[in-house]
Amino acid sequence: MSRLIPFFGFLLLVALFGFGIWWNTQHDQREVPSPLINKPAPAYALPKLDDPAQTVSRASMLGKPYLINVFASWCIACGEEHPILMSEAQRIGVPLIGYNYKDEPDDAKAWLARHGNPYSLIIADREGRTAIDFGVYGAPESFLVDAKGVIRYKRIGPLTPEVIEKELKPAIAVLAKEAP
Amino acid sequence: MTQPRGVLHRMRAAFLLLLLSTSLFAQAIDPLPFKSHAEEVRFQELTRQLRCLVCQNENLADSNADLARDLRHEVFQLMQSGRSDEEIKQYLVDRYSKFVLYDPPVERSTLLLWFGPLLILLTGAGVVIATVRKRTRNNPVPASANNGANDEGDDW
Amino acid sequence: MTPELGQLALILALLLALAQGVLPLIGAWRGNRALMAVARPAAAGQAVFVALAFGVLSWAFLHFDFSVRYVADNSNLALPWYYRLAAVWGAHEGSLLLWIFILNVWTVALAALSRNLPEVFISRVLGVLGLVAVGFLAFILFTSNPFERLLPMPPDGGDLNPVLQDPGMTFHPPVLYMGYVGFSVAFAFSIAALLGGELEQAWVRWARPWTNVAWGFLSAGIVAGSWWAYAELGWGGWWFWDPVENASFMPWLVGAALIHAQAVTEKRGSLRAWTILLSIFAFSLSLLGTFLVRSGVLTSVHAFASDPRRGLFILCFLAVVVGGSLLLYALRAPKVAGGKPFRVISRETAILIGNLMLTVAAAMVLLGTLFPLIGDALNLGKISVGPPYFGFLFTLLMMPVVLLLPFGPYLRWGSKGETTLLKQVLWRAGLAAVACAIAAAFVTGWQMKAIAGTAAAVWCGVGTLLYVIKRWREMPAGRRYPAEMAGMLLAHFGVGVFLAGVLLTEALSVERDVRMAPGQSQSIGGYDFRFDGVHVTEGPNWHGDQGVVTVSRNGREIAVMHPQKRTYTRGQVQTESAIDPGVTRDLYVALGEPMDRKDPEGAWALRLYHKPFVRWIWAGGLLMMLGGFFSAADRRFRTQRVAATEPVAAAVTQESRA
Repeated sequence: MSRLIPFFGFLLLVALFGFGIWWNTQHDQREVPSPLINKPAPAYALPKLDDPAQTVSRASMLGKPYLINVFASWCIACGEEHPILMSEAQRIGVPLIGYNYKDEPDDAKAWLARHGNPYSLIIADREGRTAIDFGVYGAPESFLVDAKGVIRYKRIGPLTPEVIEKELKPAIAVLAKEAP
Repeated sequence: MTQPRGVLHRMRAAFLLLLLSTSLFAQAIDPLPFKSHAEEVRFQELTRQLRCLVCQNENLADSNADLARDLRHEVFQLMQSGRSDEEIKQYLVDRYSKFVLYDPPVERSTLLLWFGPLLILLTGAGVVIATVRKRTRNNPVPASANNGANDEGDDW
Repeated sequence: MTPELGQLALILALLLALAQGVLPLIGAWRGNRALMAVARPAAAGQAVFVALAFGVLSWAFLHFDFSVRYVADNSNLALPWYYRLAAVWGAHEGSLLLWIFILNVWTVALAALSRNLPEVFISRVLGVLGLVAVGFLAFILFTSNPFERLLPMPPDGGDLNPVLQDPGMTFHPPVLYMGYVGFSVAFAFSIAALLGGELEQAWVRWARPWTNVAWGFLSAGIVAGSWWAYAELGWGGWWFWDPVENASFMPWLVGAALIHAQAVTEKRGSLRAWTILLSIFAFSLSLLGTFLVRSGVLTSVHAFASDPRRGLFILCFLAVVVGGSLLLYALRAPKVAGGKPFRVISRETAILIGNLMLTVAAAMVLLGTLFPLIGDALNLGKISVGPPYFGFLFTLLMMPVVLLLPFGPYLRWGSKGETTLLKQVLWRAGLAAVACAIAAAFVTGWQMKAIAGTAAAVWCGVGTLLYVIKRWREMPAGRRYPAEMAGMLLAHFGVGVFLAGVLLTEALSVERDVRMAPGQSQSIGGYDFRFDGVHVTEGPNWHGDQGVVTVSRNGREIAVMHPQKRTYTRGQVQTESAIDPGVTRDLYVALGEPMDRKDPEGAWALRLYHKPFVRWIWAGGLLMMLGGFFSAADRRFRTQRVAATEPVAAAVTQESRA
């Protein structure tokens, strides 16, 4: 029997590799789940893109849920995502906050002027310093923050109609039920 | 996920990179104002143990990605503010998960990783000991066998 | 039309491989000489057609035939001819073709050099190699056709990854594959032995030179890859424990165990089942490497573009080849431990311990490499396993090997022999190691790694040299160092050189990222690097900036270095480091960016390294390679029919079915 041990060990390996192939058709290897889910959003305070004198902070946003969408004019996948945001922003039921990531304000404004502005409010993180607190490592990324300022859901990569239907809207529905 | 990619991922994205290179490529060669050589060495060792999230198989020290540079600067700032290596690692883990650690901590999820080799070694050692004992017990070696005599031939 | 000719050649090669894989095996089983005789011509014909396909693809590259998708993806009009030729194996499809071509090289070599082996046995060996070729030819034809057309034909192609546009690309992959694929021969010998049962136990002697040569090539391939990564990536590192590197390292470790186990089996008849199992492992790990690199299940810096279909194909192939072999092993491996007895203190025991450590090290590397996948499967979260893990455990596991290594030649087969000799080695090599370690401690300022490296290197090096001296004194000229022994001594000495290189480099390297304005100097490791500005330069398919760094020591100029930053045809940026090599140290400069983009005349970011003894790492690896080649050249291995009737082989035959 002991002669069969290598064979059974190998079967385990084959099972693992089979799993690996399947898993990689379902997941993006570069996707690293955020440890911030169900934790309070980091205490940010960032200027508005169109009016840098005004600051938006975690505290000032408390009270109702919102969706932060990280974008930049240099980000190609953001351009792919943009038309979907343009059509869905009004329908998702929470305000869509633009988070302009490591961008020149003029570039960002020109980009929005060209492609349209789906955001109800845009904050700018030119240095990307606050983005580190959010664990942003690529754009686009989206964070759903609830009324108490807790991150409830994160999407890494573009929001697609499918993701919005299957992941984002159910997550928002949960928030809606919690609301007093 | 569009993101600055590592130096080695360019083949597929060659065209894309033409567009990206100006705003997204930072340099891994990144002189920072260290107070001393010891501090620089500490920084190099620490950033080598941290994984870049964007170009996933490079460490923070070597990565050209823009995010890697931001994180290097963050690590540098944290070092300046007197944080220990462990605190800095925790700081990054809190934001980016344990994935950033190239040196996975010993904990429940990594027990197999850290103690698996020991288990294999012990099992193997058991087999080797059993083999050696069996072969020495059952077969007394003639005292004169193979000593020097045929040293130059097959049996050196 | 020409590309279709290549595809046709591959199809014909597949048919011949089928003939080579099936008919001789049936012939050997049925005792049909006509069927057995198919093996050699089929192997030769297959090699001719694969070579033809290879030539057609090279021709397409040389003549810019962008109507072939693979050519269009991996080359362009500006790419120089030597890199166009190397681009043949620059991506998945072509490198797979190279894999098959090299399998053919090994097969044809074996077919030509095995005229003295029993026909039944060699028919089985060639048959097994034919089956391996069937798998790979089917793989390339059904999932990865390098001759696929791209119509309409684009006016110009993409580019070969600039990282690959390096002299390293011309020789690293072929040499590495010679090693990887070479283990298929030892594998085929083992399978043939299992199929044949008791008749052909002399096979181990016939398999040994092939295994040694394959291992030598694999050593050389890994050295080439390591050197290339060091020179090209601008990181100054020589090993990164990346999954793809590990994929080549695991067969190397198991191969190192295998060449020792084969020696035991050949000379003493012991460890027969283990030798067979190791041969299966070594080749399985080569296949596994192919799977890991091409299936995309793991992230790696070197991985080819992944495709789940390809992954699935190789996985099925792997399951059939390896699963079948291991099942055959379970059914047919010799059941009774045979061979001559041995004592606790004997060469057998030492080799067993070495085998154990090398195999466990390979298992550790496998576990660490696959653990991120295991983490996904068991829902443990995303886990990274990197150099700190591998480095730590590998060092621990190799300690017993290093400690035992100098005793190897002194230990006698079977009995403990003269223990006084062992004590002598222990004292002499031990004293030398301690003395040098103390010296190193003072010179390096108590750097632990440097002390350990010096001690380990001197221990292995002096221990081996002591045996060289002993033989020189005791044996008459001409009989002092048989090739097999000389190979062993070279390889063992290489381990010492390698250890010195690794640990001294790790301990003493200095790396600095600096900002330098023209005329400024920086001093590291006793060398003064003066930055003399940057000028524009140009190559066949790139333009770039070239820095000038003048290095001097104690006021005497010793080198002018030209690190470059190149921009290639398709806009890819590539750092080209400048290296001033030396026996005791490398100086290494990489050019970064101007500190102010608008002012290239001003200060630049540069990375400077002083890397003591880094070349010893590769020198050690090359000595190991030479060791493998030397051993294989031993006269004893020149096969003769009488081999089967020699006493050891005969004893083995009797015991195998006891």
